[in-house]
Amino acid sequence: MKIAYYPGCTLKTKGKSLETSALACMTALGIEFEELVRWNCCGAVYSLADDDLIHVVAPVRDLVRVQQAGHDKVITLCSMCYNTLARANELMRTDEEKRKTINDFMDEEPDYTGGVEVLHFLDFLRDEVGWDRVKEKVTRPLAGLKVAPYYGCTLLRPKEIAIDRVDKPEVMHDFLQALGAEAVDFPGAIQCCGAYQVLGNPEAALKVSHDILSDATAHGAEALALTCPLCDYNMSKRQDKMLQQYEGAKEVPIYYFTQLMAIAMGIPIEECHFELNRESSVQLLKAKNLVAG
Amino acid sequence: MSVVPQEESTATVETKMVPIYVMGKRYEVPATLTIMKAIEYAGYKYIRGCGCRGGVCGACSTVYRKPGDYKIYTGLACQTVVEPEMYLTQIPFYPANRATYDFAELTGTPDEINRLYPELFRCVACNACTKVCPMDVQVMDYIAALKRGDIKAAAEISFDCIQCGLCASRCMGELPQYHIAQLARRLNGAYLTPKAEHLKTMCANIEAGRYDKGLAELKGMDLQALRKTYQEREMEPATAGEDWTPQDRSYL
Repeated sequence: MKIAYYPGCTLKTKGKSLETSALACMTALGIEFEELVRWNCCGAVYSLADDDLIHVVAPVRDLVRVQQAGHDKVITLCSMCYNTLARANELMRTDEEKRKTINDFMDEEPDYTGGVEVLHFLDFLRDEVGWDRVKEKVTRPLAGLKVAPYYGCTLLRPKEIAIDRVDKPEVMHDFLQALGAEAVDFPGAIQCCGAYQVLGNPEAALKVSHDILSDATAHGAEALALTCPLCDYNMSKRQDKMLQQYEGAKEVPIYYFTQLMAIAMGIPIEECHFELNRESSVQLLKAKNLVAG
Repeated sequence: MSVVPQEESTATVETKMVPIYVMGKRYEVPATLTIMKAIEYAGYKYIRGCGCRGGVCGACSTVYRKPGDYKIYTGLACQTVVEPEMYLTQIPFYPANRATYDFAELTGTPDEINRLYPELFRCVACNACTKVCPMDVQVMDYIAALKRGDIKAAAEISFDCIQCGLCASRCMGELPQYHIAQLARRLNGAYLTPKAEHLKTMCANIEAGRYDKGLAELKGMDLQALRKTYQEREMEPATAGEDWTPQDRSYL
């Protein structure tokens, strides 16, 4: 049976390189998937206010759509969407009173009790595809490429929805190794990139993003792989500002994890939409003879 | 109801009356009337908030409730038949800001809509807009499509919108959905839909005088000849296939 796929809004516009590269990889792996016919924005961030139930309505509605389409699992690519959907799902599973309130409010939809399993592509690869099958499909191992796996917050926190150990995650390390790259673990991998602070306090966000990249390069990484369009915005799109502002700041190529996977699987480079990355991203791949130069 | 004496008539007509509440005041109205006619029957006179009386102009939105039911119901007054004990009011207009733009300067990108209607992103997917739409448009779904930049999908989903504004009246994010959808349809029509190339050829043919002779012939006919020509014209049969062509191919 096909598995349901929830894209998220950003993956249809500014973050489309995450989607196109991932879908090409899924096809190469023989994973049968279908994008939900009806879906709405997940809300992009899970509300921290305990009683702010109106912001849980959007993700729950998406989970209802998954069930309506006849699925019990859904794959996400954007880690913000993963976090929002998984936390809403957790709330619907565990809090009977809030579940009733939300179901009563959404009286035009069937009641939802948490029957859908929300997956991120990474834990789907680890648990349902397996690294061996990934390795089999690698035609151009990323040999000699030293990549720091960056998780940020949303794949690992809170622990109820974490796809891996919160303090010492390994999934992306194993993923990069399966692609033939050298995974460079570093403490900053689980630090916050600054997220939406970029709007209210852009300097503070720039500082933490810079700290993460410095930490990665200090540990020997020459590039960084991530899963989230907002992390990408803070660390890739704002990197020029870092380079101007911080003495000793180094250019760090940034990739969506799926772009590296696509390159390793010999998928045509157009599917990666590298025009949305920093120029250094393609340059590094060329220097390593991983793409035609 | 009064009954006409037997010897003066062969049929009796009873008009069943039902109570309705217009802005909270009770009126007895014939059960078969539309809301619009019932309001007129009750003595109100429309000077606005009543347009086509045919269910397409969007001027006569009604909001009503039924006893013992928490649901909000809506309809077009000119199309919806009264129900006993309904509480109703007309919402002929609902204020909703419409962005000002020079259409010729737009190109049909999602960012243009985001810039003109930044409130788009205040949608929390509560779905109140869809529930209140008298045309059953999936309003929330087209707003969701626009949030992900899919102007074409928004244009298609919102196609049946009659701009009544009820969606905007219920929106907790204060979106003017119907104005945003109109922009989406305009952008889709002007910039995102393939141009009809054959139209260009046709216009060029007309301008080059290809049909001048035929038109001059028609103009020169008297009424009788014109009528005869019309009646004897060759018509495409209803069951004609894709490859059908007329006998007279001089204008093809």
